[in-house]
Amino acid sequence: MKPAQFSYHRARSIAGAVGLLTELGDEAKVIAGGQSLVAMMNFRLARPEHLIDISRIPGLDAIARDGDGLRIGALATHHAVETADLGPGFRLLSDAMRWVGHLPIRTRGTVGGSLAHADATAEWCLLAVLLDARIVVEGPAGRRTVEAGDFFQGVFTTALEPDELIVEVLFPRPAPRAVLTEFAERRGDFAIVAAAVDLDAPRVVLGGVAPVPLRVPEAEAVLTQAVSGNEGYSTRIHSRVGAAAAEAIDVRDEPGVSAHYRRGLVRTLVARACEEAATR
Amino acid sequence: MSEPRFRRDGAWIGASVPRREDPRLVAGRGRFVDDIALPGMLHAQFVRSSVAHGRIVAVDLDEVRAVPGVVAAFSAADLGLGDITALLDRPPHEFVPTAMPVLARDTVRFVGEPVAIVIARDPYAAEDGVEAALVEYEELPPVVSDTAALADDAPLVHAEAPRNTLVDVSLFATEGIDDVFAEAPCVVRVQTKTGRQNALPLETRGVVAHWDDRDEQLLVQTNTQIPHQVRTVLAGCAGLAEKQVRVTVPDMGGGFGQKCVVGREEIAASAAALRLRRPVKWIEDRRDALTAAFLAREQRYDVRAAFDAEGHILGLDADVVCDMGAYSCYPFTAGIEPLMASAEMPSVYRVPAYRVRGRAVTTNKAPTGPYRGVSRPQYVMVMERLMERAARELGVDPVEIRRRNLITVFPYTGVNGITYDPGSYRESLDLCEQVLRDEGWYDVRDSDRVIGIGYSCFSERTGYGSGAFAQRKMQVVPGFDISEIRMDVSGTVSVTTGTMSHGQSHETTMAQIVADRLGLDLAQVKIVQGDTDRITYGWGSFASRSITIGGSAVAAASEKLGDQLREIAAHLLDADVDSVELDGAGGVRLRDDPERRLSFAELADVAYLRAHLLPKGVGPGLTATASFDVAGDGTFSNATHGVVVELDPGTGGVEILRYVCVEDCGVAIHPQIVEGQCRGGIAQGIAGALFEQITYDAAGQPLAPSLMEYKVPTAAEIPDVAIHHLETPCAFTANGAKGAGEGGTIGAPAAVLGAVNDALRDTGVELDDTPIAREAVFRALEAHRG
Repeated sequence: MKPAQFSYHRARSIAGAVGLLTELGDEAKVIAGGQSLVAMMNFRLARPEHLIDISRIPGLDAIARDGDGLRIGALATHHAVETADLGPGFRLLSDAMRWVGHLPIRTRGTVGGSLAHADATAEWCLLAVLLDARIVVEGPAGRRTVEAGDFFQGVFTTALEPDELIVEVLFPRPAPRAVLTEFAERRGDFAIVAAAVDLDAPRVVLGGVAPVPLRVPEAEAVLTQAVSGNEGYSTRIHSRVGAAAAEAIDVRDEPGVSAHYRRGLVRTLVARACEEAATR
Repeated sequence: MSEPRFRRDGAWIGASVPRREDPRLVAGRGRFVDDIALPGMLHAQFVRSSVAHGRIVAVDLDEVRAVPGVVAAFSAADLGLGDITALLDRPPHEFVPTAMPVLARDTVRFVGEPVAIVIARDPYAAEDGVEAALVEYEELPPVVSDTAALADDAPLVHAEAPRNTLVDVSLFATEGIDDVFAEAPCVVRVQTKTGRQNALPLETRGVVAHWDDRDEQLLVQTNTQIPHQVRTVLAGCAGLAEKQVRVTVPDMGGGFGQKCVVGREEIAASAAALRLRRPVKWIEDRRDALTAAFLAREQRYDVRAAFDAEGHILGLDADVVCDMGAYSCYPFTAGIEPLMASAEMPSVYRVPAYRVRGRAVTTNKAPTGPYRGVSRPQYVMVMERLMERAARELGVDPVEIRRRNLITVFPYTGVNGITYDPGSYRESLDLCEQVLRDEGWYDVRDSDRVIGIGYSCFSERTGYGSGAFAQRKMQVVPGFDISEIRMDVSGTVSVTTGTMSHGQSHETTMAQIVADRLGLDLAQVKIVQGDTDRITYGWGSFASRSITIGGSAVAAASEKLGDQLREIAAHLLDADVDSVELDGAGGVRLRDDPERRLSFAELADVAYLRAHLLPKGVGPGLTATASFDVAGDGTFSNATHGVVVELDPGTGGVEILRYVCVEDCGVAIHPQIVEGQCRGGIAQGIAGALFEQITYDAAGQPLAPSLMEYKVPTAAEIPDVAIHHLETPCAFTANGAKGAGEGGTIGAPAAVLGAVNDALRDTGVELDDTPIAREAVFRALEAHRG
């Protein structure tokens, strides 16, 4: 569990990092907190010839309000978000961080790194889709913004070009009644199923049921009806949203987790997320 | 019963003094094997089999040797080492001996088996070298389960072992047992499969070896529980005299049995150091620890129990199959699990009739060895399930049915021929139940939450002497311990023990025993362990033997030295030897005139520096040697664990709300360390019940190569444990102590499984396998609630 040989480059600015990425091409990987990449390198599942360390680039770890929205720099750590006072509109983000690994992981792992790694059960990936985040990336041609819905393209695959770098994430709207919840046998593990809901959008997003964070329009429709029908958020509605999500997904039996069980977890977690969100 | 020889009046025994190991360990100044760095030291890594079963067609290491930084690479043919072979003295139909080569020669038998060793200037280059190896295999069909191993047309893992069976013993078959079952009003059956586990010491295995020209010795620093046995195997494999091998043990970060067997890697790395005449270090990484270290616990039970109408057990009929993986471990052999289960299964209950067949089958998976508790977590779980099932069938309370069957009159000789010394079986159960009732958990159980309460009653044989191990028919028979004590010129002592602390704090507890016996301050006692040049012989630490046997040897040596001190003092005080006594404060005094005393320093001064003053016939120096062995069947610690769990119907989640342990290990030398042993053991038992499992796919590829897949529980999953102590002193160990190392692990799976099944009581579903699948819990509750 020692990595293959690589060259280490420290970028001192975004432009410098992009320059290195352009120069070194496919053989280069960006490293920030290293919480996923280093483990993969130690297993030699990842063998980049060059590591471009962006962790010392000044200013990339800012967390700041932007009108109604919130900007989070790519280098902000999970722990920084967890402990920041983001107000009721973005409390969801702080609360969700307790599901991210363990404290040592949260103190090193970064928001940008998590999005770029794009594990389909990763909390930041779900949150980005849930809240219509805009992911700001910079490459040799300058900056562009990618909608979260377009960013995640497959298993560990994103819209990021090899010579691009995530710079920051913009969460354009507050979500005071939104919650992320998960189930795993151990605290801190990647979830078997993760569910995030925003009652006001309304929006239902699942992790662990598809190669990317999955929006479930069928469940969102139930929420929409509930809102328009002025039914109020009774427990019965939460159950219906959960059931709709469970029914909508396309999953199959896997070792240790049957499709039936995974659907059951979706039903439970979506309902519980709705219930908790309704108390906000 | 003979008069107990333990003493309770000492200042040290029973005191939870600050651990003597702690100052260096908490300050980061411990010295573990990976902390050792020698000039010119090289680093080893292994080329390991990528297939579960195959013939080795070719091993080509030329490209390895060309990798920058690689110094050497050796295959089995290059090193030419002897095999490691563990033997039982049993006939061929009961035991088939199999050899484990240090590096695979002709055949590979599991994914991860070492095929070649690469030596490089740093660990990175060593792994680069491993990647460059070209090993060609002719793949053979793998055997990946016990049932596949026993199938009629199964491929053979070892050609010499028909039906892949290494051990097949039927130790007991009470006459007329079939009639007992035919006539019994109640017969219950438990079929269970338990998951393969890794003992997972935080510190993985490792070794630093180098040849010393001045001493003409191979110096091997390795984190083993059994240094002398490593010396024997290494000397044998490498063709050295035992005096040419010195094994020393630095600080250890756990062992739990995994380091209680001789590993191939430490032999290969030492042999490479010998060949290269340069220091070689090998540190096992976590992937290798999870895939290629000795595993344990994958067992299948099919057990029936007959009961009378009142719930008294009448007979037990058991079939045990242990999936031991690819090789027999040294020194215990593949018999370790089936022999333990067969001998001890009746547990704490009065079982009048018993029949058992125990088998060890070999498969194309990483081999197994001892792991804290050895089979007892499994058979205790089976016995407790049988009790619970019979209770349910007969409408008897599950605690009451245990009471009706517990051994209460001691000594008790069981149907298995074992004599159980006095314990608090009934008292521990009563107290455990009372604690949970007083805390209100039975009221919580009656609420509309899904809550269950489970118990496990068990004993743990500790202090296996030579006689007890001889019954296993091992060819090397552990048991005794030898201690040598030496007082220096200043009156302080150093004491050897053949036991080997791998985290249990022997430097503290053994010193407490010595200080108590001689009336010394703890700080005046140095404990010497883990050095084959300084210790005559030792069996190391396993089977909860250290305090019972090693502690008794240390006490006996101390008493002998005390007699010498009294003899010299009597002479110098011009008194009869019977009129002087140790004064409990580092001196010897006249019993009737305590003011007249000589300190140990004064006596040592005479013994070494003014030997002409010694009494006639007394030689210079102050040393004594004593040994201790247990003549009978050993001494039984016991405990009852009580667990409250809550199940989550929406997820199948299992949460432990309360854990109570009532334990009795006789006289606790250091109660805080005993409690630490209980808590750590319980954590490992919970791990087996709810979390950990090593699985393989159909091709024999391991599916848990990292701690992401191998779900060792964290502090977040392990509850606080309330520990209550009872004390039934052992009559035949020097300090009244019984072993305390394994009980926590033994009791936890049964209690957790019992609690989960109690919580499922309204569903009609009972779960018997571990680790408990959350999906199974989910489905049981879902079906019940519609």
